[in-house]
Amino acid sequence: MGELELTAHVGDLAGRNLPAGQAACFLGGGAYDHFIPAVVDFVAARSEFYTAYTPYQPEASQGTLQAIFEYQTLITQLTGMDVSNASLYDGASAAAEAVHMAMHATRRPGRVVAAASVHPEYRQVLATYLANLQTELVTLPTPQGTIDPDGLAGAVNDQTACVLVQHPNFFGCLEEVQALGEIAHRAGALLVVSVDPISLGLLKRPGDYGADIVVAEGQPLGIPMSFGGPYLGILACREQLVRRMPGRLVGQTGDRRGKRCWVLTLQTREQHIRREKATSNVCTNQGLLALRAAVYLAAMGPHGMRSVAKLCLQKAHYAMDRLTAQGGWKPAFDRPVFKEFVLRAADGQVDRRLERAREQGVFAGVPLGRWYPELADCLLVAVTEKRTKAQIDRLAETLK
Amino acid sequence: MRYRQATQLLFELSHPGCRGVQLPACDVPERPLAEILPPGSTASAPPPLPELTEPELVRHFVNLSTQNMSVDTHFYPLGSCTMKYNPKRNERLAGLPGLADLHPYQPEGTLQGLLEILHAVQEMLAEIAGLPGVSLQPAAGAHGELTALLVAAAYFRDLGQNRTTVIIPDAAHGTNPASAAMAGFTAVEVKTCAKGLVDVKDLAGKLDARTAVFMITNPNTLGLFDGQIARIAGMVHDAGGLVYLDGANMNAILGIARPGDFGADMMHFNPHKTFSGPHGGGGPGAGPVAVGAALAPYLPAPIVVQEQGGFRLDYDRPKSIGRVRGFFGNTGVLVRTYCYLRTLGPEGLRRVAENAVLNANYLLSRLKHFLPAPYGDRCTHEFVVSASRLKADRGVTAMDLAKRLLDYGFHAPTVYFPLIVREALMIEPTETESKATLDAFARALFRITEEPADMLHEAPHTLRISRPDEVQAARKAVLRWKEG
Repeated sequence: MGELELTAHVGDLAGRNLPAGQAACFLGGGAYDHFIPAVVDFVAARSEFYTAYTPYQPEASQGTLQAIFEYQTLITQLTGMDVSNASLYDGASAAAEAVHMAMHATRRPGRVVAAASVHPEYRQVLATYLANLQTELVTLPTPQGTIDPDGLAGAVNDQTACVLVQHPNFFGCLEEVQALGEIAHRAGALLVVSVDPISLGLLKRPGDYGADIVVAEGQPLGIPMSFGGPYLGILACREQLVRRMPGRLVGQTGDRRGKRCWVLTLQTREQHIRREKATSNVCTNQGLLALRAAVYLAAMGPHGMRSVAKLCLQKAHYAMDRLTAQGGWKPAFDRPVFKEFVLRAADGQVDRRLERAREQGVFAGVPLGRWYPELADCLLVAVTEKRTKAQIDRLAETLK
Repeated sequence: MRYRQATQLLFELSHPGCRGVQLPACDVPERPLAEILPPGSTASAPPPLPELTEPELVRHFVNLSTQNMSVDTHFYPLGSCTMKYNPKRNERLAGLPGLADLHPYQPEGTLQGLLEILHAVQEMLAEIAGLPGVSLQPAAGAHGELTALLVAAAYFRDLGQNRTTVIIPDAAHGTNPASAAMAGFTAVEVKTCAKGLVDVKDLAGKLDARTAVFMITNPNTLGLFDGQIARIAGMVHDAGGLVYLDGANMNAILGIARPGDFGADMMHFNPHKTFSGPHGGGGPGAGPVAVGAALAPYLPAPIVVQEQGGFRLDYDRPKSIGRVRGFFGNTGVLVRTYCYLRTLGPEGLRRVAENAVLNANYLLSRLKHFLPAPYGDRCTHEFVVSASRLKADRGVTAMDLAKRLLDYGFHAPTVYFPLIVREALMIEPTETESKATLDAFARALFRITEEPADMLHEAPHTLRISRPDEVQAARKAVLRWKEG
């Protein structure tokens, strides 16, 4: 097929999808319709970045290396952690890698605790990664929408490598992370937290409440939704854990004339040197997406990040108030939320309403029955800074 | 442009009060934060990110980009990485809002065009592999290896067999043994014989009732197609094991040989290599796996299926190992794969392999006179030459040659890999390079071998930096910028 035919053909196939930009998108659950500044697309389209590969020859790759070093720094600033790696595949596999890392760091390969309020797909990935190892994966129920600290205290013991929590969690609710960290640490386990990077414009940083390893889906940081990928797995940790980290790390050094420069470093952790004793098998990562996140964070700056977070928070609360005020929907959980929330349909009818909303050009939310049978009458609604008051009002109308 | 701005870090360029993005005012009634969020949950100050304007950001990153060598600016014969040209049409098409602006949990009825593309990619990869079951979920080659090994583990668990080892040639990529360990297996190494192929005798001694999988890269990392493969597969199968093909080198055999036909039970593809997805400075890639019919039920879910009335995602796969990542997969990379495969068609794909092999053999024929090729003078898509004679005679190493090539405007080959060749230079020109480029590269490399050793030890001479102190970087690791 020549270029002209291909362009027509793929254009036709693309035309058979309904892009979020042509609807009002209230879908979340780990991927979000946030605004992407043009400067992000512009930098990522520089072919000196996107047609290069892993910077094995540092003299010919200072552009990529410095950009990754800047990314690593930006992630530590965002999370309050000491060190970030150069990226992993996505939020889910990053969580599995973090647990793997915790099992080795604590020398407790036997037991891992994950809350039911962690993204169900993340927990599925973790279960898959652990399936052929002798590790017990304990799922802590969260019937009230968040982890009960007493329940956690009963679930961790001196065999537990780590506790995996998500904050804000899959239901959009804030967990009592400080208390959860103290419980984990008392048992000698690590606290692994999966965060929404946008929330860190406003919420306390994981490094400031005692997290040991932080993971995140980096998609909200300037990455198109692209039906689930390519995304960005963020992983950051405390200094003491750095030699257990998976993936690439860029470090600063000097050249023979003493000029400041950057190289891939601590490579004795990695598969191409250490083979079966490596900390992970990861090789190709998500470098171009890390570049996008770096440009996004630098473009937003501290005040932009705070603005985005506040807009999401206020609009989500307006939407929740609006939807619950008209009857028909009730909050499923009585917990503080950030930009997402779960509503329960009074008459149990979720699918019919979703269908009606879609006919009117609204992606109203993600039904939860697939993962949580007890929440089959519930809807997860996400509201980003892109949603206008008019769209939220329309959502309320269509979901009546 | 030779003269560039200084390379300060974003953090050193930051000025308080600057910002690159202005957001609209809040258009809904606002509630006090204290009413919405519990005490102690918010940070007292926003995260301490740098503050820059958009023009400052653009100048910074554009200047940084010019410090990279890339496929679009230089010949990039990095062995085993298949640095072929990335067609611009694929970039444009993958960026269409109808493909890039889709949420992973949109209703399937609003995704029919995309699901048709993904279904077609599944079918085409199955055909290229000669293996009927395909999962597009893994995010990279190594992730595909891990996925397939977990599939094998689940398969043997179902059969009630306790198989604990994965056998891997010493010439293999490091990801193979690392994936085996992550999947809970013990990696066992098998030797390479003097011809650069699997040492069958050594393999025979290592196959037993504990063998779960034999992993092979074919063509291997020496650029040789192991013609013993059918016999090897027979031996592995007789021992009750499975054969895994590391598809990193598929560029050599597209449309010529199908792994399923020469005995492989499972394999992964590297679409960012073989199917021209850009490498992105380290990624994204994708790592679709293809498996035989007996293993297909164990693949990750969901898989795209075609039914009357359209396409849907099939999650109902009771034997599936589950998920290896969130959502569907690296869809954007797979869309580029679709564009590439549809552009070339079956005949075109075969010509890719033929030209990749022709280019590599041509370049080898020009180099072997001054840089010996320890495993023969015929190759597939890549080859390995050794600088060990130069090192013995004049103290010039493979690293010296690699660094000096940068001065001549060529990206370096992969060096010191595979580990079984001393002073190795692993060269993969790909099919998208012209004879003129290959000739220029060969001439440059020859001239370099005649240059004074002292000068080569100090190369590169013309780039912004000379050789970095990597020992210092690791000993006193500085992994982020800090104030002051």
